[in-house]
Amino acid sequence: MNSMFGKMFGWFNSRLPIVNTFERHLSKHPVPSKVNFWYLFGALASVVLIIQIVSGIWLIMPYSNTEEQAFSSIEYIMRDVDYGWVIRYMHTTGASMFFAVVYLHMFRGLLYGSYQKPKELVWVFGCAIYLAMMAEGFLGYVLPYGQMSYWGAQVIISLFGAIPYIGESLELWVRGDYYISGITVSRFFALHVVALPLVLIALVFLHLVALHEVGAGNPEGVDIEAHLDEDGVPLDSVPFFPYKVLNALVGIGVFMTVFAIIMFFFPEGGGYFIEMANFEEANPLVTPEHIAPVWYYSPYYAMLRAVPDKLGGLIVMGSAVAILFVVPWLDNSKAASIRYKGVYSKVAIALFGISFLTLGYLGTVGVTEVRKTMSVICTVIYFAFFILMPVYTKYEITKKVPERL
Amino acid sequence: MQEKDNTRRKVLIGLTSAVGLSGVPFAATPFIAAWNPSARAKAAGASVKIDVSKMQYGQQIQVAWRKQPVFIIRQTKESLAGLQETLPKLSDPNSEAIDEPYRGLNNTRSKSSEYTVIAGVCTHLGCSPKYHPEVEPKPWDATWSGGFFCPCHGSMFDMVGRVFKGVPAPTNLPVPPHYFDGNILTIGEDGGMA
Repeated sequence: MNSMFGKMFGWFNSRLPIVNTFERHLSKHPVPSKVNFWYLFGALASVVLIIQIVSGIWLIMPYSNTEEQAFSSIEYIMRDVDYGWVIRYMHTTGASMFFAVVYLHMFRGLLYGSYQKPKELVWVFGCAIYLAMMAEGFLGYVLPYGQMSYWGAQVIISLFGAIPYIGESLELWVRGDYYISGITVSRFFALHVVALPLVLIALVFLHLVALHEVGAGNPEGVDIEAHLDEDGVPLDSVPFFPYKVLNALVGIGVFMTVFAIIMFFFPEGGGYFIEMANFEEANPLVTPEHIAPVWYYSPYYAMLRAVPDKLGGLIVMGSAVAILFVVPWLDNSKAASIRYKGVYSKVAIALFGISFLTLGYLGTVGVTEVRKTMSVICTVIYFAFFILMPVYTKYEITKKVPERL
Repeated sequence: MQEKDNTRRKVLIGLTSAVGLSGVPFAATPFIAAWNPSARAKAAGASVKIDVSKMQYGQQIQVAWRKQPVFIIRQTKESLAGLQETLPKLSDPNSEAIDEPYRGLNNTRSKSSEYTVIAGVCTHLGCSPKYHPEVEPKPWDATWSGGFFCPCHGSMFDMVGRVFKGVPAPTNLPVPPHYFDGNILTIGEDGGMA
């Protein structure tokens, strides 16, 4: 490359590690040669992150963060701004899809032991991303200042009130007013569009840097680093480009199709993606008959309601998320993948999956005695899956993990 | 080479760090304080006045104080007498768990022997409980003798807002500061007398 461009590129590259970084993270980076569709959701999550950032920036422009205008500015976006409805539905669909792919991505991690040594930090950063996403989603849901924005936020902020001694003043401090007012909306807006996206992007960066340091896993749970060629590249690996990239593009194509179908034809998702009560402006004096969170929080909401004590409910809900962080230190199994783990692990993960989905359903419907009992049972199973993990992974008989992929 | 004694250097680093760290709370103060209710929010959250003489016996009205519902109930003789019946169902009949401003003054819990003034916000998760004064079996309680029922998570309160046992709400509905000046009820101020 003796051309003008080549010289310019050389000038930059000797001052900025362009080629090295590109090769390390995007082209030559070795990935396991055999993976399945479960390994797509990480890439899909980064696609949704970009969709959310771009559509979000465009929504900030016409949105108004005051008590009087928040709700009507959403109507303005939907009716008067050219293609405003597409941008808003892109953002709301993106929120639900973000959680959908992240839940599948996390379940993949549990299935194939993607948190086992040396990938503990990758998992921990991932859990932190999930936590930041939950906060981000909650703050964003308050911004349209509809009935469900208001009363959902009322319920969540009241949870701070359960903390002994400081609870009530903490509630007032978070709201900055005696009710969820324009003051609350505008501070949630600042957190939603500036503070938390910065945190999210930083965490995604750490998640990927840690992943590329220790290498991606595979559904067999084989340590591909154990067999290297003369250049130190794992024998059972292929370079990220073109093998993984072109592969992922097919998955991204399918995903974008689903995304577009939802965005154009079912943006409300039957009241699960955008709740019907939110088409009405916030009214601090009238509680909607039935308060339910958006689907992606509903398992935790069901746990909260399963406990007949306010502080206890808060502790259970918080622990349900917190316990995810320590999974790498709960699994004593010699095998990483569910394919080679014993029967206890298989039963445990099946029960866990069923109870999580059941809790998700129970969190969206009203309370009855039967449903309350079911919530309690499912909450117990959810926690048993994690708390008993050190025991059942230690004493079960695992199959021998193969040497090569 | 002579071995260096690092003690002095470590002490100096420690002291410098400590002085530096002592600045953190000062630097954090404006950022934390800016989240407190502003002067404007406080002014908007001052008291409201209402004429309660037009209320029927047994009627409940709702006024907004700080944009939160406050329930005013003009109790009948029967409903006040009925409080005795629900007593065994209550978890804290004397409001010991909360800061009760007018304890022992009236069995309405307010400064008046006729009107009850309570915050209409469930102490569980902030929904607004519904008024059900009828003495009749209800889906949530077969021996219901009047009170408040929260539709969100099923908490129950008696006619003066005291919480039942075994419901998610932890405490009684609080009584906001108020005083009566003839027929005029002021909510949000105490009238100087406690």
